[in-house]
Amino acid sequence: MPGRAEGGGSPAIEHETQPVDRDLLQDTITSRMKPAIALEGISKSFPGVRALAEVSLALYPGSVTALVGENGAGKSTLVKILTGIYQPDEGTIRVDGVETHFPTANSAAKAGVTAIHQETVLFDELSVAENIFLGHAPRTGLGLIDWKKMNAKARALLARVGADLDPAIRLRDLGIANKHLVAIARALSIDARVVIMDEPTAALSHKEIHELYELVDRLKADGKAILFISHKFDEILRIADRYTVFRDGRMVGEGLISETTQDDLVRLMVGRDVGQVFPKQDVAIGEPVLTVSGYRHPTEFEDIHFELRRGEILGFYGLVGAGRSEFMQSLIGITKPSAGAIRLDGEIKVIRSPAEAIEAGIVYVPEERGRQGAIIGLPIFQNVTLPSLSRTSRSGFLRLAEEFALAREYTARLDLRAASLDQDVGTLSGGNQQKVVIAKWLATRPKVIILDEPTKGIDIGSKAAVHAFMSELAASGLSVIMVSSEIPEIMGMADRVIVMREGRIAGRFERADLTAEKLVRAAAGIEEAA
Amino acid sequence: MKRLLKNREMLLVVAVIALVALIALRFPPFVTPGNLANVYNDTSILIILALGQMAVILTRCIDLSMAANLALSGMVAAMLNAAMPGLPIPLIILVAMALGAVLGSINGLLVWKLDIPPIVVTLGTLTIYRGLIFLLSGGAWINAHQMSNAFKALPRTTLLGFPLLSWLSLVIIALMLVVMRRTPLGRAFFAVGGNPHAAVYTGIDVGRTRFFAYCLSGTLAGLSGYLWVSRYAVAYVDIAAGFELDIIAACVIGGVSIAGGIGSVGGAVLGALFLGVIKNALPVVNISPFAQMAISGMVIIIAVAVNARAEKRKGRVILRKAEAAHG
Repeated sequence: MPGRAEGGGSPAIEHETQPVDRDLLQDTITSRMKPAIALEGISKSFPGVRALAEVSLALYPGSVTALVGENGAGKSTLVKILTGIYQPDEGTIRVDGVETHFPTANSAAKAGVTAIHQETVLFDELSVAENIFLGHAPRTGLGLIDWKKMNAKARALLARVGADLDPAIRLRDLGIANKHLVAIARALSIDARVVIMDEPTAALSHKEIHELYELVDRLKADGKAILFISHKFDEILRIADRYTVFRDGRMVGEGLISETTQDDLVRLMVGRDVGQVFPKQDVAIGEPVLTVSGYRHPTEFEDIHFELRRGEILGFYGLVGAGRSEFMQSLIGITKPSAGAIRLDGEIKVIRSPAEAIEAGIVYVPEERGRQGAIIGLPIFQNVTLPSLSRTSRSGFLRLAEEFALAREYTARLDLRAASLDQDVGTLSGGNQQKVVIAKWLATRPKVIILDEPTKGIDIGSKAAVHAFMSELAASGLSVIMVSSEIPEIMGMADRVIVMREGRIAGRFERADLTAEKLVRAAAGIEEAA
Repeated sequence: MKRLLKNREMLLVVAVIALVALIALRFPPFVTPGNLANVYNDTSILIILALGQMAVILTRCIDLSMAANLALSGMVAAMLNAAMPGLPIPLIILVAMALGAVLGSINGLLVWKLDIPPIVVTLGTLTIYRGLIFLLSGGAWINAHQMSNAFKALPRTTLLGFPLLSWLSLVIIALMLVVMRRTPLGRAFFAVGGNPHAAVYTGIDVGRTRFFAYCLSGTLAGLSGYLWVSRYAVAYVDIAAGFELDIIAACVIGGVSIAGGIGSVGGAVLGALFLGVIKNALPVVNISPFAQMAISGMVIIIAVAVNARAEKRKGRVILRKAEAAHG
């Protein structure tokens, strides 16, 4: 064991992560310790997209590495490779210096890699102990589950993560923070050596976040190698030892947190050399169409006010969980704000339901198009006319000829490729289904269209088509609100940007003085650099 | 999709004809026009009920209380007639339908406002409605001699050679065709079952749509209550006990997806007819009632298997040329 003087030369220490003396750890982190897991030259492509290009990453025992990058920088792909869900096209994975492959999620788990996601993957109806030991519960001599032993072991594990929980209570009775603790206890129970935390604080309250920090410290002391993915710089600086920055699928920087600054990290994260071209048209911005004032909700957002003008694309930027979608949903009457008023074309409007929003001329194209978009089973034309039925029917009866005409008009505008408007929308490809969904909303002839993450999860070509189309909408006199977490998209398409953070407006920017750094700072709550 | 449904309906038509032909081999008189008309007449009530159930199932719900609703509405109609023989029959029918609608709306409200799973709601109301019949009647039967002749005669009255009961079911089929294909409500049934999340964003109130589906099934159950009691000239606590399963079976055989969003009036009618033919034909070809139940059960499973396969096939068309060829 060259370079490991303090370890006493025992190879066992190298391979087993027993609780290790903390000072010793701090001492060894920097140079002498071997990574618990190392990725070298990893590349991964999907049809049309290169998600990762020759990235490297090393995670050290007893150390927290922060992975920083914008949405789409390749962080999730990397996590999936680490946990055996994706296989890399090129590159090697080494565990304790030995080259390994993770052909399945199970093989990654066996090697001691575990991930704790934003939304925990646990079972509400099972007890805490069952959740911790699902799949590897202690057995009695007869092969039955040894409940006594399981509960006792669970109690010990929970004590280790500092959770004072009864292993016998059902998971559903716990809050999110405690569920996280159970997930972490589960990670410990399978002797995890590498713990990946993917935005673990996104859904937590302040107090819960601090408990999580303490827990991360404890895991560190336990000798776990931790990969911490976060958009929040304050917490990265608080708990990480090392950092790795990804941009556009490449590793653009790494080092020790103690030797860097927030400004450096932001610059690394957004620094962009390849200018993506956005089909933004110059549109004469007209009079205010929608004025929102004093919108608030008891738990989700407060003090939202802004003006939206004719022909304008207003970008809403923020981190996941900043309250943007929640606010938009209250705007169309799905949730009720506790206070606030909107004016549409100068008139005060009260919107209590999506039907009233559509009637008033505000439509919302939701983020999850699979769940919230097309209605599989209905033919294309019926999907298109669904929100416009009041216009295509007379005295309560539908008129199919009018429906067909309306559907034909709007699907033609979007260049929909389908053999017949009478065919089930489920038989269309994803891109064409999306066109049907957009045609559906345009057919209502809205004044304001809210697009929530309009290009999330679609390939570059389709993205460009959506952007071009958005531009045309604005040019035709519509007002567009674009909720997006992708900085290039926001910078390329929006006339003005509102940044939300923790349910409040954290910044307003005109297109002229927009920079990626300003956006990131506002979204993360960092003071303006001197 | 339309074509697929059409195919499925054609498949059912073929199955019904094949079944009838098979029976004709062993018992030729079964296929005389007069007997076939009788079989249809005998299935009329099941058809009406299956159409109501279809609306509910389309919205991803289920109504287990239809038979109990029928029995309660029928009992009230019979008691009204026994107590006031002079009451005009159309009024009694209206009362039965209104009562059925109220009972259905109770299901609908519980599903809508309290968000209780439909199977639990209607299992509960099934028992409650049966219990109410006992409370109302004290467990006594209302027999033929207590009912007025006009009350009993209506379903049997013939018009153009067919009993009024058959005509009535044809009218209901026609009305349901209009509701399902030509009204926003009918469209909403499909949308709510097909993708409830998306339906919300298009301005459809999912809960309210389900409520109306239950009102519809309740109303049709109320109407069937009068028809049943007058046709068989008897009302007691247990009439149509277990019939809710036949109703659901008719829908399932007819291609109405239990997962919601898929189904048609034609399919539900054909599904009911298929069951009707089995029930009427098997006794005349000397198959024991127990074998009948087993055969019905097999038919249901085969129907579901066929439908499941049809659904699997409609995967996403990715190839451009296949997309053009589709439809």
